Amino acid sequence: MSEIELEIKGLNVDYGLGEQSVHAVRDVDLTLRRGEVLGLAGESGSGKSTLAYGLTRLLPPPGVIRGGQVIYHPEQGEPFDVLGLSDRQLRAFRWAQTSIVFQGAMNSLNPVHKISTQLTDVLRAHEPGSTRAARLARARELLALVGIPADRLDSYPHQLSGGMRQRVMIGMALALRPKIVIMDEPTTALDVVVQRQILGQLVGLRERLGFSVLFITHDLSLLVEFSDRIAIMYGGRIVEQASAAGLHKDSLHPYSHGLLHSFPALRGPREELSGIPGSPPDLRSMPTGCAFHPRCPHSFDPCVRRVPELGAPQGRPEQDRSVACWLHPAS
Amino acid sequence: MGEVVLEVVELTKHFPVRRRGREALTRLRRAVRAVDGVSFTLRRGRVTAMVGESGSGKSTVAKVVAQLDPPTGGEIRLHGQSVRVRGGRAFRAYCRRVQMIFQDPFASLNPVHTVRYHLTRALRVHGRPAADLPELLAQVQLSPPERYLDKFPHELSGGQRQRVAIARALGAGPEVLLADEPVSMLDVSIRLGVLNLLRDLKERLDLAILYITHDIASARYFADDTLVMYAGRVVEGGDSETVTQAPAHPYTQLLIDSAPDPERRISPDTVGGEPPSLIDPPAGCRFHPRCPKAMARCGEQAPPRLEVGDRPGHWAACWLYEEAAS
Ligand SMILES: Nc1ncnc2c1ncn2[C@@H]1O[C@H](COP(=O)(O)OP(=O)(O)OP(=O)(O)O)[C@@H](O)[C@H]1O
Ligand SMILES: Nc1ncnc2c1ncn2[C@@H]1O[C@H](COP(=O)(O)OP(=O)(O)O)[C@@H](O)[C@H]1O
Ligand code: SF4
Ligand code: SF4
Ligand SMILES: [Mg+2]
Ligand SMILES: [Mg+2]
Repeated sequence: MSEIELEIKGLNVDYGLGEQSVHAVRDVDLTLRRGEVLGLAGESGSGKSTLAYGLTRLLPPPGVIRGGQVIYHPEQGEPFDVLGLSDRQLRAFRWAQTSIVFQGAMNSLNPVHKISTQLTDVLRAHEPGSTRAARLARARELLALVGIPADRLDSYPHQLSGGMRQRVMIGMALALRPKIVIMDEPTTALDVVVQRQILGQLVGLRERLGFSVLFITHDLSLLVEFSDRIAIMYGGRIVEQASAAGLHKDSLHPYSHGLLHSFPALRGPREELSGIPGSPPDLRSMPTGCAFHPRCPHSFDPCVRRVPELGAPQGRPEQDRSVACWLHPAS
Repeated sequence: MGEVVLEVVELTKHFPVRRRGREALTRLRRAVRAVDGVSFTLRRGRVTAMVGESGSGKSTVAKVVAQLDPPTGGEIRLHGQSVRVRGGRAFRAYCRRVQMIFQDPFASLNPVHTVRYHLTRALRVHGRPAADLPELLAQVQLSPPERYLDKFPHELSGGQRQRVAIARALGAGPEVLLADEPVSMLDVSIRLGVLNLLRDLKERLDLAILYITHDIASARYFADDTLVMYAGRVVEGGDSETVTQAPAHPYTQLLIDSAPDPERRISPDTVGGEPPSLIDPPAGCRFHPRCPKAMARCGEQAPPRLEVGDRPGHWAACWLYEEAAS
């Protein structure tokens, strides 16, 4: 097992203050290891983006971090809590170590500038001493890295397809050689052929450049295939966490199980599927106890009353699995 | 097999491109050839899926068939009768019988009106009494009706909103439903519920459904027949099981290889090229610049529909099957 890169402990994020506030992220514990692809899956509104923005301290108002720690372990030096950094330290940390590709980012390229200009601007902002020629060369190298031919360097965003724009965004995210890349639904708007090209490129680059990836999506079938570990979020909490293969073989939380059985299969026997009954919870009126209980086929006595804690399930020798469900109480 | 309800023959739809700069001085007229010679039939009691990557022309086909946009060429026939003139009684009858369901139920419902308003209006427009309202809601499994009638769109979940949009389409008493990505904006866990509902309605009301999607696995799950679109053309068709388990066209093969598969680890070097320009599409077979099996003639002559030969009704527009056909 490789070393720890980032450790999230007891993270709580609210939108708004006082009576009106909603708890979008609740007591989240999550660990990102060096060089791995960690997938974060869950339905829309489950708090995935809020978690990503919270841990990089990029939360837009009225978002507030109510508690917790985000401990970064640099390759050299002492671990430190990102949430405790001053604004200046934070900026330095963000530029040097992390980069994030936001949901819908491909539409955030500036329509009036060539993509080469947008890339060299990013490089200039962070390496003011570099020469113009060096920046251009690096921009060309970055685009080649994500599979965009050099002759598209002078294109404007509208001249590129959605897939190419998304690759430009990934190129920009890698411009400053980050250690951690956070991607929030980077391929949701793209079709499968392009999705696979981009994810294949990302996994290849990860191996060559050695960064770790937190990959957020609602498409669990995609994650199972290409991430190392997967965390499943429901109603602001992580409800299960396991290796991708382990989760696919054998999911313990009824919600993970339901999600995995919500995708019709392209191969193998054709089965009747039903999805999950009901709809995702409203954060304003969260069910008591286990937030999944109104939709859960196995709900029983304790579920309505007490929130199950995330922990290693009793009597399972397998390492690296945790689940929050009364069917599998923590040891 | 069910009776043919709707026939689309050699449909084309071109969008003119505004000429810029020097181009404006020439006589050259350019167009996005979004749909180019598309033919298919929809049958009573059957779901036909149309799959293809983004920009391949799926929504354009649906919009033209729904008469929301005039075609550039080709013919649309309902029960053998060609629909040409816009306006007039025959046109209105067509619009009642062929109803569309959109991807985003939020955008297709008016936020200032209740469920009751949307549905009563649909019933009234089509000459049905408001008393049919509870039945309409029951058909889309929104019960008891009182719980939903006075809600506004934002007070409903995504799945409930899409059910209301379906109920509204059913209010017209249609024979054909054109569903353009009806579940792709919904949460994963509730998509199947809506697809199962549509299948149930197909069976009970004997509807012909065109199901547009980019998710070929859902086409296998839900549709009886599947058509594959590439760059404005239909390149393969047949029953869904055959098209997904024994794809014949190299593009369909690429599409299926690209679909997520939990049994496999992603290979870092997947390639596949880019979809072509529709303003200046490749000559001959439009897939030839990306096709691993391209031959000399592929860049010159467009392949016709050719029988694949494995199952009746399975065809591909690809020169590889010329032998099989002759
Ligand atoms: N009003 C328009 N004017 C110009 N071009 C258009 C117009 N509408 C669609 N197009 C073009 O026609 C082509 C087909 O578009 P269409 O929306 O039918 O694709 P689609 O298959 O539905 O894609 P998606 O899966 O992304 O919904 C695209 O190249 C698109 O840019
Ligand atoms: N700016 C905001 N103000 C108030 N509530 C918000 C804001 N952004 C997100 N939320 C709420 O927080 C919850 C989690 O949202 P989000 O993190 O975007 O979920 P996901 O990324 O999993 O779809 C949702 O209920 C959402 O409505
Ligand atoms: S805790 Fe209870 S309600 Fe929640 S998932 Fe487990 S069994 Fe279901
Ligand atoms: S016609 Fe030729 S280029 Fe087109 S798919 Fe068939 S083999 Fe490939
Ligand atoms: Mg999000
Ligand atoms: Mg579309």
